[in-house]
Amino acid sequence: MLTYTIRRLVLAVPTLLFISLVIFLLLELAPGDPMANVPLTVPPDVKEKMRIALGLGEPTHIRFGKWLWQFFVVEPMVLSDHILGTTLAEGQQRVLSWQFRSPVMDVIVQRMPQTLWVVGMSYVVGILIALPIGIYSAYRQYSVFDQVGTFITMVGYSVPPFFSGVLVIVIFSVHLGWLPSIYDTTLRVTSWDTFVMQFKQMIMPVMVLALQTTAQISRYMRASMLDNLGQDYVRTARAKGLGETTVVMVHVLRNSMIPVITVIALGVPQIFGGAIITEQIFKVNGLGQLLITAIQANDLPMVQTVTFMLAVLIVAFNIIADLLYAVLDPRIRYD
Amino acid sequence: MTDPAMPPPRSQWSEIWGQFKRHRGALIGGILFLLIIAIVFLGPLIWTLDATYIDIRARNQGPTWAHPFGTDQLGRDTLARMMAGGQTSIAVGLTAMALALALGGFMGVIAGYFRRLDGPLMRLTDLFLSLPLLPLLLVMVMLFRETLSATFGPETGIFFLIVVAIGATSWMPTARIVRADVLALKEREFVLAARSIGTTNFGMITRHILPNILSPIMVSATLGIANAIITESALSFLGLGFPPDFPTWGRLLNDATQYLQDYPERVFWPGLAISLTVLSVNYLGDGLRDALDPRTRIRGR
Repeated sequence: MLTYTIRRLVLAVPTLLFISLVIFLLLELAPGDPMANVPLTVPPDVKEKMRIALGLGEPTHIRFGKWLWQFFVVEPMVLSDHILGTTLAEGQQRVLSWQFRSPVMDVIVQRMPQTLWVVGMSYVVGILIALPIGIYSAYRQYSVFDQVGTFITMVGYSVPPFFSGVLVIVIFSVHLGWLPSIYDTTLRVTSWDTFVMQFKQMIMPVMVLALQTTAQISRYMRASMLDNLGQDYVRTARAKGLGETTVVMVHVLRNSMIPVITVIALGVPQIFGGAIITEQIFKVNGLGQLLITAIQANDLPMVQTVTFMLAVLIVAFNIIADLLYAVLDPRIRYD
Repeated sequence: MTDPAMPPPRSQWSEIWGQFKRHRGALIGGILFLLIIAIVFLGPLIWTLDATYIDIRARNQGPTWAHPFGTDQLGRDTLARMMAGGQTSIAVGLTAMALALALGGFMGVIAGYFRRLDGPLMRLTDLFLSLPLLPLLLVMVMLFRETLSATFGPETGIFFLIVVAIGATSWMPTARIVRADVLALKEREFVLAARSIGTTNFGMITRHILPNILSPIMVSATLGIANAIITESALSFLGLGFPPDFPTWGRLLNDATQYLQDYPERVFWPGLAISLTVLSVNYLGDGLRDALDPRTRIRGR
């Protein structure tokens, strides 16, 4: 198990290097010059210095190497300076954003909490709704609840978030006026009223994202429960006189959760990608919105860094899912 | 000697059709999908208003007999625009799906059939699966939009770009499924028999392997259409798809959200069209999977 973990972690390094190279080379093709907006009155030698300060004007492989160095060495140093009060990163150049003219990581850290709140909350809510639906519709297969539930999850699976999001805005903000359509990130929760405000503005983005999660996870949960309900050990458990609740909620559920948990782990990076659209609809200024504005403003270091961080998430959760699978299911041993 | 009540042996395809018919959701989904295609492609023959005709005096109208779905902020007829948009959206969906299937099928067959290529090709598939797809799609569209619309004209260029971008980022699941099926097929006796009479690799793949992996390919085809339509709409919705004056369902939805405060009902039609199409295709895929998989067959009574 330990050797397997180590092997996976070691294999992740070339994967991530390759992905960062692909993203870098793709962005290399981008037209446009970040210095185009600098006024003509700025003398050429100053312009040249600004260029170097932005890390431009050097061959591709050197800039790629520098980006790697800055991302993997300088940024962790800055982090340790922040937390431990060391001075490792003093005088080191960091990855600079072309549109904000400040370190990319500082902007990302500012935007992170909004995304994490909305995305994390919606994932938890989605799972909490999905599991009971999946369990009950498998237990009562082909009942009215199952038919309706399956249909609703199919609808949730098919309606894209950019329609469901806009639809709930039309219903709850425009017609009924119950909920705000724009997510106000400057709101600080200090009293009961601001808490209610925060709660209200989170309902719609969270529920829209949660609908996608619910649709996927409850389908998996149902299928996995159905697989297990027909097994011999279930009959044995019933035959020895266990109550129906114990049989379903302890014996069957524990075994059915194994594949579902890996699906849940694999879905985490996906929902970050889906948040790009949801953030755009509800005007949440989180990471997804940052990525869109960076793409539109041709801010290549920002695009590179955010996209790469998403790739890191995907690779990391792939490994986590595989390891969880082995931890939860004693029949699976990788060594 | 045979039992007179026994039905005559049926061909494989009529057997599958019989299974498919019993899956009510799949049947309704399939009919709905065909209906949407028919309306979108044949509708303009009946409803002859031009989707790009600007009638500024009739702008922002609600539903009337002249314009059953109303008009937009430039007085263009929404029904005509919905049909024109649907043509593009469905065309993108079908072409991107075909490209993803071709790529994924090729990768899967090669990886499953030639043992030496299996490792490298599957690592490549894993690499592609670890890429953050939506951000990369956005970046690709942003980067190549200008150059391609300069060479092929704005519409063909963007169509080409979006189809290739979606196809190149969605072939991986097909490749994995096809590879697994080919690996299992390769061990069967009929492959051994074909090899013993001297069938070449090319003949083996085209004559014996491909016809037998048709069912997983058909199922991923339906899922691929749904995926491609949603991705194209998402790109258009984020403003990085087709040019503004060129309607697709995602683009119409994006235009409608800008007038959300004044005309909230306008988002309804394009959103409904996307959702219904994807829903019908998903049901179709569900039914196909059940019909083609012998283990889940509902036995005739």
